[in-house]
Amino acid sequence: MMAFLKLLARNQLALAGLIVMGLVVLLAVLTPILPLADPDVTNTPARFTPPFSEGALLGTDHLGRDLLSRLMWGTRLSLAVGFAAAFIAATIGAAIGIISGYYGGRTDNIIMRFVDVLMAFPYILLALAIVAALGPGLMNALIAVAAVNIPFFARNIRGITVGIAHKEFVDAARLAGLSDAKIILTEILPNVLPVIVIAMSTTVGWMILETAGLSFLGLGSQPPQADLGSMLGEARSALITNPHTSLVPGVMILIIVMAINLLGDGVRDALDPRLKSGALSRPLPATLVARDRQPGETADGTALLQLSQLETQFHIGPRIYRAVGGVDLQIQPGECLGLIGESGSGKSVTALSIMGLVASPPGKITGGSVYYRGEELVGAPYELLRSLRGRKVAYIFQDPLASLHPLYTVGDQLIEAVRVHRNVPKAEARAHAIELLKSVRIPNAEDRVDNYPHEMSGGMRQRVGIAMALANDPDVIIADEPTTALDVTVQAQILTLLDDLRRDRGVVILFITHDFGVVAQLCDRVAVMYAGRIVEQGTTDEILASPAHPYTRRLMACVPELGGGRRRLEAIPGLPPVVDKLPAGCAFADRCDKVRAACREGNITLDEIGATRRVRCIAPEIEEVPA
Amino acid sequence: MGRYILRRLLSAIPVLIGISVIVFAIMAMIPGDPATAILGSYATPENVAELNRDLGLDQPLVQRYFIWLGNLVQGDLGRSFNLNRPVLDEVLERFNATLILAGTAFILCSFLGIAAGVISAARQYGFADKAITFAVLLGISIPSFFLGMMMILIFAVNLRWFPVSGMWPIYGTRDIWALIDHLTMPALALAVVATGVIARLSRSAMLEVLRQDFIRTARAKGVRERGIIWRHALRAAMVSIIPVLGIQAGFVLSGAVYIERVFQWPGIGQMLVDAILRRDILLVQGGVVFVAACYVLFNIIVDVAQSLLDPRIKT
Ligand code: SF4
Repeated sequence: MMAFLKLLARNQLALAGLIVMGLVVLLAVLTPILPLADPDVTNTPARFTPPFSEGALLGTDHLGRDLLSRLMWGTRLSLAVGFAAAFIAATIGAAIGIISGYYGGRTDNIIMRFVDVLMAFPYILLALAIVAALGPGLMNALIAVAAVNIPFFARNIRGITVGIAHKEFVDAARLAGLSDAKIILTEILPNVLPVIVIAMSTTVGWMILETAGLSFLGLGSQPPQADLGSMLGEARSALITNPHTSLVPGVMILIIVMAINLLGDGVRDALDPRLKSGALSRPLPATLVARDRQPGETADGTALLQLSQLETQFHIGPRIYRAVGGVDLQIQPGECLGLIGESGSGKSVTALSIMGLVASPPGKITGGSVYYRGEELVGAPYELLRSLRGRKVAYIFQDPLASLHPLYTVGDQLIEAVRVHRNVPKAEARAHAIELLKSVRIPNAEDRVDNYPHEMSGGMRQRVGIAMALANDPDVIIADEPTTALDVTVQAQILTLLDDLRRDRGVVILFITHDFGVVAQLCDRVAVMYAGRIVEQGTTDEILASPAHPYTRRLMACVPELGGGRRRLEAIPGLPPVVDKLPAGCAFADRCDKVRAACREGNITLDEIGATRRVRCIAPEIEEVPA
Repeated sequence: MGRYILRRLLSAIPVLIGISVIVFAIMAMIPGDPATAILGSYATPENVAELNRDLGLDQPLVQRYFIWLGNLVQGDLGRSFNLNRPVLDEVLERFNATLILAGTAFILCSFLGIAAGVISAARQYGFADKAITFAVLLGISIPSFFLGMMMILIFAVNLRWFPVSGMWPIYGTRDIWALIDHLTMPALALAVVATGVIARLSRSAMLEVLRQDFIRTARAKGVRERGIIWRHALRAAMVSIIPVLGIQAGFVLSGAVYIERVFQWPGIGQMLVDAILRRDILLVQGGVVFVAACYVLFNIIVDVAQSLLDPRIKT
């Protein structure tokens, strides 16, 4: 509760709303003891006195009554009626909701049907019908507004109650032989009460507005008694000649409702934990670049794709997660490089950083370089990045259901992939889309092209994902765990497909995975990643034959065959370090069985131990790779 | 699709029956002799006897309901004794005016609201976002009837851009231009609150969608930012925006009651308020049932639109 209030106070707008509302309520409470003129005493000779006149600060109305006094009394009345309506609606609605949710079954069914019907009315029709039956008058308007809002409370509270009614403590109370009434009062009610109060606080503005509205129509408070709505209603006839009589009550309603809205928004934000972490930020078109150091070493002429000292961080609140901490990779033409590591090792973030696809905020590339054919991509203009995306460097993602647009056919998505980069007619692009589907061995491609993603199997969807990556004959395909979400037999098919494509088309693949079996089948070289850094690098054969880093050895031991499940990863005791507080020295030290004092000191470098081998360990499993 | 529509229409029948029961029950709460209540000051003993016969008012409540329902299905909503014409005729004529006003406002708030929400999300934390957020807060806080009065003061009285009130010019032709001239201010005033609500919701729906994996896929394909926002994100966000449009249509219809009053628009809201003040019970009853039924049908249209938009909904 305290934390909630603190959060609310930090939201300045909500605080402003709270203060304004507090002032208005205070004034309304104090109205009877303030030295005000009698609000109902008419003085026709002094009618329509303009504001700021002697003796009438806000002027007078069409009967010469003091507007300031009428405003105060009207506000008092409007607030009272609004709060009363909210209270009645909340009480009755909550009672209905609790009964419905607690008893369930038939009772619930009948009540909720009835509530559904009530909610099928445009609310004011119901209110008008009730006022019509009871006759105009403030009390009846209050009843009408309260009644109209009962279904809203009933439905909300029922939802919460259903969730609570089957919790253990309620079952326990039932077993203890407590009566239903007692359970409701002692177990259920205390748990739903906060929800009731919050729902009430967010609707009270609405109730004030609605009762004012009915009064404005002449169906609420009757003269001489006046709330803000009827003041406005009476002033309407003098709108053109004496607008101040309308402005005074109108602005007051505006102030009250706005203050309550601000407060309500603040309450909602404070209650919604997703907003706290800033997770509801939209990702920018390309990852932000804030390099505090100079870019990495310059491009190597022969590499198609080169990562040099790449650093990517996530800034979430006061914490900084170093997801990628200085990664060097080079991929030569015609090559397939595997990047392997546990989840959280930074391998996917590395892959996404290449084309600036790390969600930002909170992601940020804070150092290093990415070169494509010698051209720097980190910090490159967005338009350059965009024109390379999908055309030269394409991605295949892990979960094909989530990564395809659910509402467009796969054909439309393929056509778009083609037409973003090439100005070809739609029909031609469609023919090309069918060709692509055939090339990834989707049967009946002519029919399948009009399917939606949800109409396909997981394996077929991933084939579509691959077809989309191939749409523009890219130089590089970055495959981010493309088989993880699939079952084992489908995995094997997809891997065979990728292998064939790479041989036929000569496309370079950067393959991100956690599975050594997959690497063995597909990759020429492997880089092993741990806690945001490369810990070992070499040709697949060498590493499979003799892993040099203790982590690699353990990772390999986990996966005896192709298609190892995720379960096996847990076979390494301990967890990777949290990347917002990396230890000094070797990040693997806490889990390593060869750890010694020197491991925890200073920076351990990635050392060459052979023509193509590098390892980041002071006591590698093998000292030197035989030439 | 045809079967889906049929199914939705059938499922509306219990709701419509429920509506008729509720309206009837509310009207039955009127204290005293129903015939006198309906006829009001016009009641002569002969009238009362006739009405009792026609509406079965001397019979028990349940029978009365079925007689009323039977007439209702045949399109007989009774007769307004104040206006001395069939309730249905009056209701249809007035509803037509309301439909023009509320329909225009609904179209306005849908387009403006969605556009504002999308722009706000696309420029999150930017100037446009802040400006829109502030305008939305103001929009949803200002009572529509007060806004309408201020608009009259500024745009009709001072600037003389639009007529002060009414639906048609008192003298002069009743063509489309005259209508637009009279319609602009009330439709805008009516649209403001709903625009704010829709803008707010569209913004959060867009922000939710923009974080999805398929947006990243589209970016990885090299789709331009405009395409990301309007083609990919908005299309997906519409799935959660459409139901809110349905709800807001109800609020627009409700708000029309105030706006019609402010601008002297001869719609069904004005009719209902006048009927309540004159205790014309049958007119209120007929008007409420008719509009509620139309709203139920409108919501079926919304559902069908939703199913057209989202292929994952089984039809
Ligand atoms: S540096 Fe030390 S702790 Fe780290 S892997 Fe090598 S032996 Fe283990």
